[in-house]
Amino acid sequence: MRFQPIDQYSAGLKADTRASVYQSTKSTHEKRTKLLFDQFADPDRLRELAGEIKQHAIENLDTYLPQVEARLKANGAQVHWAGTAESACATVLKIMRDRGATKMVKAKTMVSEEIELAHFLEQHGLEALETDLGEFIVQIDDDHPSHIVRPIIHKNRREIATSFEREGLGAYNDDPGTITRRARHFLRHKYLEADVGLTGANFVSAESGRIVLVTNEGNSRFCLAATKCHIVLVGIEKIVPRDCDLSILLNLLGRSGTAQDLTVYTEFISGPKAPTQPDGPEEMHVIFVDNGRTEVLASDCREILRCIRCGACLNVCPVYRQASGHAYRSVYPGPVGAVLSPLLMKDKFPQKADLPKASSLCGACNEVCPVNIPIPDLLLRLRNRAKEENVPSPGTPPMGAWALMASQPTAWKAALAGGKLLDYVPTKLIPVPALQAWADKRALPTWRGGEFRKWLRQRAK
Amino acid sequence: MLNTERSPITGKRVQLMATCLCDAFYDDVAAATVEVLEHLGVTVVFPEGQTCCGQPAFNGGDWTASRRVVRHTVRTFAGEDPVVVPSGSCAAMMFHGAVLEFEKESDLPEVAALGRRTWELADFIVNGLGVKTWPGSYPATVAFHRACHTRGTASGEAALALLGSIAGLKLAQFGEGEQCCGFGGTFSVSFPNISSAMGDLKLEHMRAANPDVVVSGDMSCMMHLGGLAAKEGKPVKTLHLAQVLRDALKTAKA
Ligand code: SF4
Repeated sequence: MRFQPIDQYSAGLKADTRASVYQSTKSTHEKRTKLLFDQFADPDRLRELAGEIKQHAIENLDTYLPQVEARLKANGAQVHWAGTAESACATVLKIMRDRGATKMVKAKTMVSEEIELAHFLEQHGLEALETDLGEFIVQIDDDHPSHIVRPIIHKNRREIATSFEREGLGAYNDDPGTITRRARHFLRHKYLEADVGLTGANFVSAESGRIVLVTNEGNSRFCLAATKCHIVLVGIEKIVPRDCDLSILLNLLGRSGTAQDLTVYTEFISGPKAPTQPDGPEEMHVIFVDNGRTEVLASDCREILRCIRCGACLNVCPVYRQASGHAYRSVYPGPVGAVLSPLLMKDKFPQKADLPKASSLCGACNEVCPVNIPIPDLLLRLRNRAKEENVPSPGTPPMGAWALMASQPTAWKAALAGGKLLDYVPTKLIPVPALQAWADKRALPTWRGGEFRKWLRQRAK
Repeated sequence: MLNTERSPITGKRVQLMATCLCDAFYDDVAAATVEVLEHLGVTVVFPEGQTCCGQPAFNGGDWTASRRVVRHTVRTFAGEDPVVVPSGSCAAMMFHGAVLEFEKESDLPEVAALGRRTWELADFIVNGLGVKTWPGSYPATVAFHRACHTRGTASGEAALALLGSIAGLKLAQFGEGEQCCGFGGTFSVSFPNISSAMGDLKLEHMRAANPDVVVSGDMSCMMHLGGLAAKEGKPVKTLHLAQVLRDALKTAKA
C-alpha cells in the first residue's frame, strides 16, 4: 500500500457524502464559534477551566469512583463494574434475564456502540431498539455511526427516505418533518412494549450520584417513562466531582456540540422512582465500563479521558471533513477518535496506529475542545509510539538518513549542492516515493540549495 | 502553543535560523529577513552549522531521529542571543515540539532554554522590538494565510498589524481563514489526496477574494499552495511576509 488507509478511503468517498459532511460540520462549527464568543468574554478561559475540572476528576478516580458508588447505592440504584466490553454486555444480559425482559429501548450512547451491545443482545434473542432518530436510521440500514453526535452525518435525506420506504414506514417522502413524524409514530408503540430502557450518561456527579443526560429528541425520557427498569451504561471517565461543576460543563457542551445554549432536554436522575412517584423505573442499574480506560489513564495520553463527546473537534477538523467518519474504522472517529480508538485497542494498538497520522497537526481541534485537550500533542505521542513498536507506516518517508545528514553540517552542505539535480529529472523518474507523492499533486519549487549562504558570503566581502 | 516564558530581549544582536526550506528553495526569503532585521538596527549572525529544526522527524513520529537533529540545533545556536526564524512552524518546534519530545531526556533544560529565546519573525519585530508599523508602500491586495503553528501565539496578529500599516496594501478577507492549508509535513506525502483537497479548498476561498498575492509567515504552506496552483495550471503568486516588508522598505528608501 502506497498511502495511508484513511487517505485512500477519502479518495474513494462519494462527492455527495463529502458534501453532506462538509456542509453540516462547517455550519455547526461556525455557529458554535459565534455563540461562544458572543456570549462569553473569554470562552477560552472557560475551556481551560473545564479541562482542569475533568483532569482533576480523572486523576482522582480512585477517590471518586467509591464515592459515586456509595451515593448511587444510597439513592437506591444498583452499581456494577465491567472491566471489559464482554463483561459489560454480560451484565446487561443478566439484568434482562433476571427480570424476564426481552425488549429494550435504547437512547444514544457511544459506550453501547463501543461494546457492540445491540448486536450482542440480538445474538441472544433479545431486542434492542435504537430510539435516537440518527441511531434508528443507522440500525435499520445496518450501518455504523460516522459522527459521535450526528450518527448519520454521512447520509442525505433522499437516502433516509429510501430506507424508510424499504422498512415499510410509508411511501417515499424525503421531507425531514415527515421522516421525523414517521419515526416517532413507529417508536411510540415500541416504548410501550419495552421492558428495559437503556441510556448512557454525559456526566455522573460523585457528590450526589446524579446521572446527567442531555438529548435533543426527548427519546431518553420516553425510555425511562415507559419502562420499569433503567440501565445506565457509562464509561468510568464520566465522573465529575461536584454538582456545581456541571454548570460550566453543561454550558460548554451544548454550545460546543450543537451550537445550542443548552440541549433541549437535560435530565438529572438521582435514582429509581420513589414510592410516592406514580411513574418511572422501579429498578435502576448503573454499569461502569472500563474497557481499556485504566490503561489510557496510565499512559502519557490520559488527557483524552477528559473528553465530553461534544463532537466539536470532528466538526472543525479538515481531515474529518474530507474523509468522513467511516474512514477511521472505529466507533470514535475524527481527532478524538484518532487518539482514543488506537488506545482502546490495548495490545492491538498496531491495527489502528495509522489513525494518529491522519492529521496535518493544524491544532484546530485543540482550539475548539471544551475541555482543552491537547489533541495534536497526543497524536504526536502516538506516532512516536507506533515508530517505537515498529508498526509499518505507508507513505511516511524514513527519517534516519535525513537525521544523520541534518546533524552534520558538512553532509548537509553537500546535500544542498546535490539537490540541483532535481531540476533536471522528470518527476516520474524521481526515485524517492515521498518526492513523487509530492510531485503528483504539486509542482516542485526550483532548487536553490546553498544560494542564501552564497549571498551572505558575497555581502560580507 | 503560546511561547509564554520567553526570555527578555537584551541588546540588538540575533542569531538567524534560516530554516531548511529557505536553505534549499527560498534563499530570497532568508535574504529579505536579514535586510528587514538590519533595517531595524539589528545585527544578524548566521550560525554556519545550522541545518533543520528537527520538525520533519518529530511530526513523522521518529522522535529518536528528531532529537538527534534538535541536539545539533541546540549546539549550533549556543549563546544568549535571541534566535529569529522566518517561520511560525519552526519557531513552535523549538518552543513546543522539541520540549515535548525531550520530556524524559536529561538535556531538556538546554532544549527548553533555546525555545525560550526563539522568536518567529513577525512576533519578534512587533512584540520583541516593539515596532508596530511599517514604512513604505506596497500597492497590492494581499491574502494573508495564518499558518496553523502560530495558533495561540502572537505571530498572526503581529503580521497582520505590520501588513495593515503598509501604505497601499489592502488585506483581502476570505472564507475559513482559520482552516489549515493541508501541508502538514509528512502528512502532505502520506495523505496526498486529503492534503491536496484541503489545499484546493484554501485556494478556492482565496481566489474568491481576488488577491494579487498570497502572503504567509511560513514558506511550507506557500510551497504547498503555490505548488498545487502551479500544477493545476492556475498559478498564484506567493510571498513570505519578509519579502513584502523588504519590498515596501525599498519604496521608502527610494
Ligand atoms: S476531544 Fe474535545 S472537542 Fe473532541 S469530542 Fe471530546 S470534548 Fe469534544
